[in-house]
Amino acid sequence: MSTATTAAPVRESKPLLSKRDRKLVTDPLSDSNPITIQVLGICSALAVTTQLKPTLVMAISVTAVVVFSNLIVSLMRNYIPARIRIIVQLVVVSLLVILVDEILKAFVYDVSKQLSVFVGLIITNCIVMGRLEAFAMGNKPGSSILDGLGNSAGYAWVILAVAFVRELFGSGKLFGFSIIPEALYAPEIGYVNNGLMMIPAGALFIVATIIWVQRSINKYTEEA
Amino acid sequence: MIILSFSQTLKKDSPVLNSNTYVFGFAFAVTIIVALMLSGAATILKPFQEQNFLKEKQENILSVVGKTATDDYKKFNTYIKSVVIDEHGNELTGVDAFDINLAYDKKLHTKDSTYTLRYPLYIFEEGGKKTFILQLAGVGLWGPIWGYLALDEDGNTVKKAVFDHKGETPGLGAEINTDGFEGQFRNRKIFDDSGSFVSVQVTKEAKSDDDPHKVDAISGGTITSTGVSNMLREDIKFYLTYINKSKKV
Repeated sequence: MSTATTAAPVRESKPLLSKRDRKLVTDPLSDSNPITIQVLGICSALAVTTQLKPTLVMAISVTAVVVFSNLIVSLMRNYIPARIRIIVQLVVVSLLVILVDEILKAFVYDVSKQLSVFVGLIITNCIVMGRLEAFAMGNKPGSSILDGLGNSAGYAWVILAVAFVRELFGSGKLFGFSIIPEALYAPEIGYVNNGLMMIPAGALFIVATIIWVQRSINKYTEEA
Repeated sequence: MIILSFSQTLKKDSPVLNSNTYVFGFAFAVTIIVALMLSGAATILKPFQEQNFLKEKQENILSVVGKTATDDYKKFNTYIKSVVIDEHGNELTGVDAFDINLAYDKKLHTKDSTYTLRYPLYIFEEGGKKTFILQLAGVGLWGPIWGYLALDEDGNTVKKAVFDHKGETPGLGAEINTDGFEGQFRNRKIFDDSGSFVSVQVTKEAKSDDDPHKVDAISGGTITSTGVSNMLREDIKFYLTYINKSKKV
């Protein structure tokens, strides 16, 4: 108790987030983005991104799972026996994913049907296990939450960008509302939706374009 | 208190952390806690989920008779009369059509033929004309498939059919729930000219577009298509006695 009261004034003089903390959140958005740099979580980035609505739900679900699993594992990190740490992490992740799946089934059933197996597959999303093993096992709960937020935000903006392009050009809609005017589809003008955007391969092109743009901005070069 | 004193004795890399007793104890405790949390969550959320399943089923049934507005399911009971029938075409009392798990019953029936089958039937009446809505259950390639088929008052003409599946291959077998496949069933006949039951076959043979008893299968979805075909033949047959009876009345 006494240490907490003496520490409080010091904390007040600091900015809300320290420089290190801020880096935890901002780094994964670009420099160490889970999808575009680490190339993790690609499976779901290809599979669920045909429309924005399920993609948004997927992004929120992954955020919840990454943040809470980081928090729980970080709280337990000193008690988890090293020999069974992976399986313990997996149990924590599975617990959260099943909870998310049940909640989706109860409250947004149509989206849950659209996402089908991909919610369950968050368990195998490498971003989750990757953050647990690389960060939460060795850091305090507070930093782990920030790390989780940063990484899931990095994941979220990429899949939302992919879904935006895919829904707009693949079905002419955004969040289910028609954006491309009906008149353009008339035979005289001859606009057609791009079928490539509806298949997973279309997402690969978009992810690749994002990586290309990002690397030319960041002046990233492949280490030989 | 116990946890507090325990945590003080536990330092990182202490030998206690690696003892077998600790490892087993830890795994056991984690498993119990997780199991309790999951069963708790499942129990709390069950009523909400069941409401969703019920709503989906009601919407499916109403969709074959063209009632697809968002609020139509709330008026399900005014639109639809649900009955349960046996193989002799008798209406059974004391059973709710929604309580019958057709897929499960059919499985038991194949194992043990003395197990009596009961089928739910939904009757829609509008403008003095009846539509029979038949429930279908079968198997595709990877798992169960099911559907509803609206049969005209004449007991012969298909008005509409919808299908769905648990986990057929996307792009192949999963296409059975698309309009392209379902739309083919409109106005097909289940009896041939001589009056014998032929069902509607899902076939890969070349056929004329207006063949009243055949629809095109899905390329690459052969086993699912055959599953749909078998499901139609088995399940429609069961309803025929009842529908014939009600025609004479």
